[in-house]
Amino acid sequence: MKSGMEGKLIIVEGVDGSGKSTQIRLLEKWLKYAGVPVYFTEWNSSETVREITSKGKRKGLLTPITFSLLHATDFADRYERHVLPLLHAGYVVLADRYIYTAFARDTVRGCHPKWVRQMYDFAAKPDIAFYFRVPVDIAFDRIVKNRPKLKYYEAGMDLNLSNDPYESYRIFQGRIVEQYESMIGPENFAVIDGTVDIEEQQRQLRQKVLETLPRQMFKAQKGAAAK
Amino acid sequence: MRRGAASQGRILKFYGHGIPYVDDSEIKGRLIVIEGPDASGRSTQIGRVTAHLEAAGHAVLNVGLKRSELISEGILEAKRNFAGRKTLSLFYAADFADQLENKIIPALRAGYIVLADRYIYTLMAREAVRGISRRWSHNLFSFALVPDLVFYLDVEPEELVHRVFQKNAYLDYYESGADMGLSDDMFESFLIYQGMIAKEFRRMQKRYNLVIINGNRPVPEINADLQKRIDSFLRSVQGAKG
Repeated sequence: MKSGMEGKLIIVEGVDGSGKSTQIRLLEKWLKYAGVPVYFTEWNSSETVREITSKGKRKGLLTPITFSLLHATDFADRYERHVLPLLHAGYVVLADRYIYTAFARDTVRGCHPKWVRQMYDFAAKPDIAFYFRVPVDIAFDRIVKNRPKLKYYEAGMDLNLSNDPYESYRIFQGRIVEQYESMIGPENFAVIDGTVDIEEQQRQLRQKVLETLPRQMFKAQKGAAAK
Repeated sequence: MRRGAASQGRILKFYGHGIPYVDDSEIKGRLIVIEGPDASGRSTQIGRVTAHLEAAGHAVLNVGLKRSELISEGILEAKRNFAGRKTLSLFYAADFADQLENKIIPALRAGYIVLADRYIYTLMAREAVRGISRRWSHNLFSFALVPDLVFYLDVEPEELVHRVFQKNAYLDYYESGADMGLSDDMFESFLIYQGMIAKEFRRMQKRYNLVIINGNRPVPEINADLQKRIDSFLRSVQGAKG
């Protein structure tokens, strides 16, 4: 985090089905309960941008570069509108997926890695970046069991990896895992084993958060969390 | 043997990282850009140049900023919602990328002359005067094609403001830099802002090979100037193929 910001930024990364969303939601509930001012934000959720992105996806109009730019626009909107001001105001900002999702996905789609990284260079570095590691097969089973059909871009069908969406998805996810794995050291990820019990993972998250957050944050007035 | 405007096929030339996944097969067309502020006479000139080129037998495609069927609507919505500067920059870049990949490159492959009513330079100038780093903007647009010719219609802000008033009874919010808090007086804000943009264009002149055209002259005179330069360029590239 850049100096002069009183808040803390905690983010989770991992492939679909790695369990990261469950864990960050539990973290949010715990922090709120402890009276810490918290704001939660997730990937691809800007009200202004999301509609255009989903239209582009529905109609299959997106190229790797427009896909990347629209997600960057979405990120920038949430960042400029919420994340940065809230960090300045001293909030704990929790993000379900952050710039590393773009680094991984856009690179796998064929965008230049340096181009993507420089585009996001305005984003603050997280105080903690949890990376949920799970074998591709396990994440795959978790997703496929709950979903009758995979979406075109979700399955990476635009990459022409396979005509079978499930096979395409498996290869696509495998490549994203490779990208994440290569970022662990350079981006200082805190690795969480996504195959162990939910409670055990949450215990590890909370321990790391307690080490990072100043004690007085927990003494802040209750009910100060942003909507 | 008869040749198109384009002479022999050439590979796509990008500013920086380019589009790594793009098929690098040959293009035959030419990309010509006309830059300039609102009311600088851009659209009039593009209309005339298009008619002239078509009369000479060239296939011409017109493109411009904020014209992507998918994305332009989102930009308007973002402005209504007072989106931040990085957000708007990225949205404009997405709009441009969509047109580059889906219109400009296919037309160039097919041998068209693509006439662009503004290009990345306007976007970069707007970003620079709003405090976004030039390095960031340059990287952002490193996927853009290097045009064959770029003209900038340079009009004195004092002249420009009167042309705007001949078209509309008001000054556009963003084109006056009203979001930048330059002055409470819109007229004054417009003059300051347009001066800043023009300065940014002159700064970019060398790096991006901009041809600055004196836009203070009457329409036919500017048109003759532009047309002469375009024709001589097209002749030179056709002559070169032997």
